[in-house]
Amino acid sequence: MSTINNSRRNFIKHSGIALLGSSLPISLVELAFAETTQNFSFAYISDSHIQHIKGAEFVRNWDQGLKRAVAEANLLTPKPDFVIFGGDLAQLGTKEELDHGAEMLSALSPKVHHVMGEHDYYLDLGEYWEKLFGPQYYSFDHKGVHFVVLNSIRTYDEWTYKRWPTNVQRMAEMAGLDNPNGSPFMVGDEQRKWLKADLAKIPKTTPVVVFSHSPLQKIYKGWNFWTEDAEQIQAMLKPFKQASVIYGHVHQIQYNQIGNISFNSVMATAWPWPYPQAYAQAEQYLPKLTVPMNRADPFFERDATGWQFINMANGRVDMHFSLDSNNSRTVGFNKSKKRPEDTVYPSEAKRTAPQTHY
Amino acid sequence: MFKANITMKTALLGSLLVFANASIADEFTDADVKRWEQQFMDTVKQGRELWTSPKLGNNGVVCAQCHPNAANTHPETYPKFQKQLGKVAPLWEMINWCLKNPLEGQPLAADDPKMIALQAYVTHERRGVKLEPGKH
Repeated sequence: MSTINNSRRNFIKHSGIALLGSSLPISLVELAFAETTQNFSFAYISDSHIQHIKGAEFVRNWDQGLKRAVAEANLLTPKPDFVIFGGDLAQLGTKEELDHGAEMLSALSPKVHHVMGEHDYYLDLGEYWEKLFGPQYYSFDHKGVHFVVLNSIRTYDEWTYKRWPTNVQRMAEMAGLDNPNGSPFMVGDEQRKWLKADLAKIPKTTPVVVFSHSPLQKIYKGWNFWTEDAEQIQAMLKPFKQASVIYGHVHQIQYNQIGNISFNSVMATAWPWPYPQAYAQAEQYLPKLTVPMNRADPFFERDATGWQFINMANGRVDMHFSLDSNNSRTVGFNKSKKRPEDTVYPSEAKRTAPQTHY
Repeated sequence: MFKANITMKTALLGSLLVFANASIADEFTDADVKRWEQQFMDTVKQGRELWTSPKLGNNGVVCAQCHPNAANTHPETYPKFQKQLGKVAPLWEMINWCLKNPLEGQPLAADDPKMIALQAYVTHERRGVKLEPGKH
């Protein structure tokens, strides 16, 4: 931890009263309690599912989503400090898909930190991805915040190593979200051990933000909106005063608060997913706090997709969803209620008709 | 059949057992029901296979990518006014819209066995939900 980190801790101890606003575009930032010098922002792009057809052909629709997010993220003023790519860059984990996706992401001017998704992983267990993007789990510190990246989409060894005759089939089985032959995601022993050691070095007053592909909470097992060892990770985050988890995979807006841990999902650039309650046969636990994204209009190719930029103010996460073909949404941390809250639609009465899913 | 019904009427006060071995409308056995259910479920299964088949369209995209378990297809709301088409449309027209657009493929005839199988699958996944034609 650096001196920068100390200055943030001092700031949290001694300040936090002044509401100074933010240097980000004013219409998009609702909450900022920190000194402007302590605020920083980063962009989050996720779930692009770049899909190879053959030769040099890729599914045009998904390409367009990623290209648009990259172009828009590059136009942010001031520039985000870094970009997170939240996983599922590829659809079937092939070199062609990962290379094509990496090429599009190379247009981003800030540094990109990558999170592993199941569509990137199950062909070669992340071997090629590692060559392009680095280790599958790691941590870094930035302006007084401790960031952790986990590979949360691993599963039971028997499923990964013994069940499938080929790697291609293993990838295809995991690629089907609703495939009953799939297997629940988990962080696993190896990474939990590493995480314990990593967090042991961090003062409990330091804000911690964890990036994972799957939700580190249990919402609906049938579509892997789920992490098998979520409770164990939550227990490790519990001692921290301010902990946040940001995850992809679900292709929709979700947010939740469990104890001191805030959860926020991010949108996909590729396509939207139904909320699990839209599956009449499902037993699911969508967080009650969540005001859903608008129902998608399929005739607008990019509707219900998007990307986000995130303002870190006073160690809390404020999510600004940049929604293609739709109004932007902001889910900020409400300090008095101690939970994430949509800044426009907190009450049932204010919700709009397209936010009703059935 | 007509003749049998007339005969049945005249015989109402008598014993129906006389006709027990004849072929009578609206009489079927548990075995018949099982067979018919099996026929339906086979069609559902074919529909599920098409729903997850990269060969249904031309670009490898499958229906299940956007609609896991056929969720957000709402078969119970059709026919309904589809604002994008500017008319009241049945479900199969929307399926064709998806085949042509996200799947970049060819539409199917309304009575194509594949179209029937796709609808059987979608409807089966939505079983238990009340009919609400026209609901948006």
